[in-house]
Amino acid sequence: MIEKEEQPKKKTRREFLQQLGIVGIGSTLGGSAILAALNYDKSKTDSQRIRVLTAQNELHEINKDDLHKVLPSKHGKLTYLQQQGRDGLEGKRFVMVIDLSKCQNARKCMAACQNAHHLRPEQHHINVLKMEETENTPPYYMPKPCQHCDNPPCVAVCPVDATFKRQDGIVLIDNERCIGCRFCIAACPYSARIFNWAEPLNAQVEKDVEYNVELNVPQKKGTISKCLFSADQVRLGKLPYCVSACPNGVYYFGDENEDTVTNGTTKETVRFKKLLEDNGGYTLMPELGTKPRVYYLPPKGKTVPFNEQDREEASEHLHHS
Amino acid sequence: MLEQSTKDKITSDLLRSIRLTNSFKAWMAFLTLSLFVCLGAYVYQLNKGLVVTGLGDYVSWGMYISNFVFFVATSLIGMLISAVLGLSGQKWATPLARMAEIIALAFAAVAGLVIVSDMGRPDRLLNVFIHGRIQSPIVWDITVVTVYVLISTLFLYIPLIPDLKICHDKIEKLHPIARKAYKLLSLNYTGSHEQDLIIKKLTRAIAIFIIPVAFAIHTVTSWLFANTSRVGWDSTIFGPYFITGAFVSGTSAIVIAMYFFRTNYKLQEYITLEHFDKIGKLLVLVSLVYLYFNLNEYMVPGYKMKKFDARHINALFTGAHAFLFWSVQLGGLIIPIILLIFNKMRKPLPLLIIACCVFVGGWFKRYIIVVPTMEHPYLPIQNVPLNFKVYSPTLVEILITIAPMILVLLIVSTLAKIIPIVPIQETIEELEESHD
Repeated sequence: MIEKEEQPKKKTRREFLQQLGIVGIGSTLGGSAILAALNYDKSKTDSQRIRVLTAQNELHEINKDDLHKVLPSKHGKLTYLQQQGRDGLEGKRFVMVIDLSKCQNARKCMAACQNAHHLRPEQHHINVLKMEETENTPPYYMPKPCQHCDNPPCVAVCPVDATFKRQDGIVLIDNERCIGCRFCIAACPYSARIFNWAEPLNAQVEKDVEYNVELNVPQKKGTISKCLFSADQVRLGKLPYCVSACPNGVYYFGDENEDTVTNGTTKETVRFKKLLEDNGGYTLMPELGTKPRVYYLPPKGKTVPFNEQDREEASEHLHHS
Repeated sequence: MLEQSTKDKITSDLLRSIRLTNSFKAWMAFLTLSLFVCLGAYVYQLNKGLVVTGLGDYVSWGMYISNFVFFVATSLIGMLISAVLGLSGQKWATPLARMAEIIALAFAAVAGLVIVSDMGRPDRLLNVFIHGRIQSPIVWDITVVTVYVLISTLFLYIPLIPDLKICHDKIEKLHPIARKAYKLLSLNYTGSHEQDLIIKKLTRAIAIFIIPVAFAIHTVTSWLFANTSRVGWDSTIFGPYFITGAFVSGTSAIVIAMYFFRTNYKLQEYITLEHFDKIGKLLVLVSLVYLYFNLNEYMVPGYKMKKFDARHINALFTGAHAFLFWSVQLGGLIIPIILLIFNKMRKPLPLLIIACCVFVGGWFKRYIIVVPTMEHPYLPIQNVPLNFKVYSPTLVEILITIAPMILVLLIVSTLAKIIPIVPIQETIEELEESHD
């Protein structure tokens, strides 16, 4: 229409073409903008909009029609909980510090852990060991969770990517993927892994519970389990089960990136590097190159004596079988 | 040239075994029945989980894995006899080639099943192919074992083609379907010079190719252990240690097969005393090499007695596993070597008995490699039931371990019934060459 109006005016051919071009482009752009706006309005009114929380904890508004329920598939697609469990938490590098001078073998950590992960009494994600290095050095109690190695031998040998290392340093297991070959048990120098030899404790009750990688519940027959650094708790900003349960202030847990760790008993937050520096922190068997994320403070200045009965068990490992 | 009558005699002699006898039927029935009993045990394990075994969180690999290693080991005999001896011009081994190939194929194919019996979730076997990750030695193992089974099949089949033709032509009283199968499988072989040349070339190519593959399967199997940081497994010589051990088990297996096929199929003219003598010498040779590796494997850590190694070595030398360890080393290796030096001991019967000791010793040797290491982790085993600390296999586990052996016997017996166990064509050819 506009083009028609302009036509009668006398202009040079060059001017005419120039103006025609400007007007043409302008009208095209304007037209499409109006069209898009109309469509946008239409979509707003036509279908219901809902708000969803993404994995990154951001609120988004989307069409309800665009919502798809994610179902577990047998062909490699992961459920939301599986994917979330594999992704881990951005920007975090979780570490644990275990102060051996504080441990009195109260075993509240073991109980809390078994309770959280629905384990049998003989199944330990965390195990308090009675240790004795040499005949003349004093025995001590050593809680031993998975070391969440930065160079994990278990992850290397897994043939199906059922066990994996997350960006936040935690090593987890997907027991929907695990084939039960137990190569990871053979490869782990810390004996951190356990296997569901029989039907798990709550198999009947939890039949329909959706599998949570970060809790490894429900446990499954014929698959591996191990300490998860309580990835489900950590996601909520809480301390791991064992750490919170300890009555003796043995455990510190935190983020290496922030250089802070929090004691599970006193809730005191301290500098991670400083804690190691001041107390001679070390890792288990560093010579194996596994680079554990669990640090130990030596059993120096213990006030509680070592149980005499436990002494015998501690020295068993020392003597040759 | 050989006289036609001689050729006919060889052909009819070697074809004689291919017929259904009552004793064969009884033998197969016995094997099948036993297999079903063992399969029942496996179904039980499938239902209940691996809890029916003696395995625990510490000794999590036991008889099944030992069995797997033993099966892969024994399957290397095909490569040793047919490829290594064949390529190096050891003509005397020709009549044994097919037997070796059958044993190799049976043990390699069944090894794959053995590993499945150890899986906690055999229903997820396909995950290995769907989600397989190349850095896991298990994926390497599956790859090379599959390749070895395929090549071993070809290695058995290609040189067999002329004999299949002979089976088709010469066996009287044959079921029409069987005759048709022979014809089909002989791929229109007519015995022309060109066809023979193709078969020769192909066989030679496979013989060359199978050597690195056979080395690969057992080296990779050894890496399942050596690639961990465990005492007793953390060794750089595990590859050759396993390979040489494999030759010992394989050679003893073929001695046993030779003896029974020779007696049952009346093959005294073809599997002669000389064969027993030579294979006995071969057994001494491979056993000596294996003994040398054993010396290295145990003497070096045994001399240093590092903290964690010491517990392991002590358990083997003087502790809980000492009886088994010394029985295997003496009865399965050292005494056989000494005995086999004497001519008299390389006669069929004494050699059979010695080979049986070596064979059984070979199985327990794998057990000694797998189990004690798992009982000696770096950190103490505490707060678990006693059966997690000391491994003792259950009856169910033993039955499931026996099943693959029965399956091997079934496969070997069946194959030996449908194809000539001593190659006909090659035996005739070799006789012709020696006459010329």
